[in-house]
Amino acid sequence: MSDTTVSQGWFTSLANPTRFLALSGRILPYLATAAVLSLLAGLYMSFAAPEDYQQGITVRIMFIHVPAAWLAMMCYSVMAIASIGTLVWRHPLADVAAKTALPIGAAFTFLSLLTGSLWGRPMWGTWWVWDARLTSVFVLFLMYLGLMALHKAMDDPARAARPAAVLTLVGFINIPIIKFSVEWWNTLHQPASVMRLDGPTIHPTMLYPLLVMAIAYTLIFFTLHLMAMRNEILRRRVQAMRRSAAQSIGGGA
Amino acid sequence: MLRNQLVVVRKMMSHEAFVFLSYAATAVTLTGLLVGILLDGRERKRELAELEAQGVRRRSKPASGSSA
Repeated sequence: MSDTTVSQGWFTSLANPTRFLALSGRILPYLATAAVLSLLAGLYMSFAAPEDYQQGITVRIMFIHVPAAWLAMMCYSVMAIASIGTLVWRHPLADVAAKTALPIGAAFTFLSLLTGSLWGRPMWGTWWVWDARLTSVFVLFLMYLGLMALHKAMDDPARAARPAAVLTLVGFINIPIIKFSVEWWNTLHQPASVMRLDGPTIHPTMLYPLLVMAIAYTLIFFTLHLMAMRNEILRRRVQAMRRSAAQSIGGGA
Repeated sequence: MLRNQLVVVRKMMSHEAFVFLSYAATAVTLTGLLVGILLDGRERKRELAELEAQGVRRRSKPASGSSA
């Protein structure tokens, strides 16, 4: 048996929801512990970091605003990958992954908009401007809500899976627009200062807390996502059992 | 009247208040998300246990009750 066959076998074995439940149940305690520990470390480092010479104490908002914005985009990217899984491989868990990432992504996008507004008011003198960065993130938030509404509108998850996957992939065009909006257009929002070709422009005393908080947010996302995926598998199992019970009653009558 | 009061409140808001509100909103939102997912999981497990107690079985699960 070749290595490729072994890795494909391991991957396809995850398509079995029962196996996924067993595996995720084993991983979750470690993931949750790592998330809590990194969050505590990130919070400690954020409040131990020096104040900015221009922004003063409000620079501490950066440690929760920037990771929230990154996660808002990462969550949508996870959904786009899962949507390919739904459309191309018809992986049974791909739709479960895409659907359950929605409220988590919406929450991170909401936090990114809210904390950005709370940072913008003292620094820019305004809560909101319709510049390219803020508007494209607001569009991302609306897309999360729209996809959630689409799933809610259909009782049968199998029927919602394909249109939601197509819509998710179409909406993915917004992710590079968000990322490069600050370079393509003249925006009030500052350009990238961490993910740059010439390296970060933030001082290490602020960069390290930011990176630890980004790791914490990522671990929080995967913990919540795994938990939500397990719930969705159980929800579909309950639906299937109710349907089969109803059919057996109908058949017996 | 209300507008004037809002202007006064905004002027009174210190930078610390903006930082506090940002962290508080983050804590409330993420905790709410976690609690929602935990409650959802509890409800699904309760429903599943109820159906199994009624003798409803999954098609993939044999009547002997193996863990597959």
